[in-house]
Amino acid sequence: MNVPQDLKYTKNHEWVKVDGDIATLGITDHAQSELGDIVFVELPEEGDEFDAGDAIGTIEAVKTVADMNTPVSGEVTQVNEDLEDSSELMNKDPYGDGWIAKLKMSDDSELDDLLSAEEYKETIG
Amino acid sequence: MRYIPNTSEAEKKILKKLGLESFSELISNIPEKFLKDFKIDLPEKLSENEVTTLLMEIAAKNKNTADNLSFLGGGSYDHFIPSVVNFLISRSEIYTAYTPYQPEVSQGTLQQIYEFQSMICELFGMEVSNASMYDGATAIAEAAIMALGKVRKANKIVVSPLIKPEYLDVLEAYLDKHDAEIEFLPENNGITDFSNLEEKLQDAAGLIVQSPNFLGNIEELTGVKDKFSKSKALFIVSSDPIGNAILKTPGELDADIGVAEGQALGIPQAYGGPYLGLFTATEKLIRKMPGRIVGKTEDIEGKDAYALILQTREQHIRREKATSNICTNQGLMATAATIYMSLMGKEGIKKVATLCLNNAHELAGKITALNDFEMAYSNRPFFKEFVIKTPVSARAIVEEGKKQKIFPGLDLGKYKDEWKNHLLIAVTEKRSQVDLDKLVNFLSGFSK
Repeated sequence: MNVPQDLKYTKNHEWVKVDGDIATLGITDHAQSELGDIVFVELPEEGDEFDAGDAIGTIEAVKTVADMNTPVSGEVTQVNEDLEDSSELMNKDPYGDGWIAKLKMSDDSELDDLLSAEEYKETIG
Repeated sequence: MRYIPNTSEAEKKILKKLGLESFSELISNIPEKFLKDFKIDLPEKLSENEVTTLLMEIAAKNKNTADNLSFLGGGSYDHFIPSVVNFLISRSEIYTAYTPYQPEVSQGTLQQIYEFQSMICELFGMEVSNASMYDGATAIAEAAIMALGKVRKANKIVVSPLIKPEYLDVLEAYLDKHDAEIEFLPENNGITDFSNLEEKLQDAAGLIVQSPNFLGNIEELTGVKDKFSKSKALFIVSSDPIGNAILKTPGELDADIGVAEGQALGIPQAYGGPYLGLFTATEKLIRKMPGRIVGKTEDIEGKDAYALILQTREQHIRREKATSNICTNQGLMATAATIYMSLMGKEGIKKVATLCLNNAHELAGKITALNDFEMAYSNRPFFKEFVIKTPVSARAIVEEGKKQKIFPGLDLGKYKDEWKNHLLIAVTEKRSQVDLDKLVNFLSGFSK
């Protein structure tokens, strides 16, 4: 499984890439492989505000549906609109073109609770 | 439901098995104060013949629009129903068919719902329709709940004060279990005042309006959606499906959700229904829509096939996330509406609407020509229903009408004291010149 070193992770298989106060969110390679073919993603809207732990969207795969939770609080600044027509990008390139949303973080201390690549690798065995 | 009484022998056997002495011992956990005053005061037994006669006598007390000249409206209308509608829906394969638990087995049922949805979409100018809901009232309430589910952190629904009062009751009952309040817009002489919408809808999940409204007046809805473009609130328009044929449709008014009572589409007037809820939305909202939706696809041989779509997520595997627990639809009534719309066609429904419009305006002109009768909202455009200010109480007119086999309209005094001289008169395509003149002649008796 691909687990890039420069990202932070949650035990719910989400990744966070931090750039200043902007956090980009997505799901991990492991998550997409467990979900199988992703057929639809319900995205948040720009300007929506979320607390850490809130569901910011829904991922619909052939066999199941999962919430995408944000591990950090903040306001959505951008969503990946390409996913609306091409949700398979999350299967093909989960850390790149398959990103879900960008949030302007309101509390970057929340990042301390996230897992490093090494720690995340341990959780998925 | 069957009622199978126990013989005294059977009762003894059951009690013995339970180790009890008597029936009263069996119900000893019911506090005595509830049993003390409990009496079933039944009349003497009757033969089947006597029961039939008795029930016919009681049924004959029901007043209906076949034996009376009706101008009643306020949400339920006396439109013409071609006899083909009842003939077809009375066929046992349609009449007795309950929603199958493996719906795809019933391709005929699903195809019919698909055609229903397609026609309703066209009539409303909207992108998607569900398979129907219980009635106009629950359609509005479900729309409000859908808006609350869609718009994050909003806990307010803004409502026109002129939606049908009974719809408002149902809306309040539905919202009772939600963390949401209802806020009313002000009224301006028979229509809704849409000023300062941006501010009023700031934290709202939706705006609900009805047009034509409860008073029959056509709301000025063009551009209303643009007035709150900064808010995420959904624009919910409740309309008259017949009116949609000649008035601006919810789609043309930029509605996010279009709902209506579908009784006008081939369903008889009856107290308590069954009626038909119509529910449409923009495609963007399809995943938030309550109820079931039928989609068309192809089977492995490339033939047309119909399937229930977009229902699994919330209703089956994510019940805790569902914004609605409606898993059914008003099947037989939706079938009646489908047959009605097929018979009428686009042009037919337009003709019905135009006849209603012309009849209503002609009648309004004739009534206001009488001494002491005037339009309650004279400068407001209306479709098939209007409010007349009467010289005596509307209630007195309605009571007198009953004696003469005329339902002159709905007495609005029972809703608001200030409306006690307001009579809401509805006119459909069924009313002839003779009918109109009969009402005018009847009302002239109340001129001072």
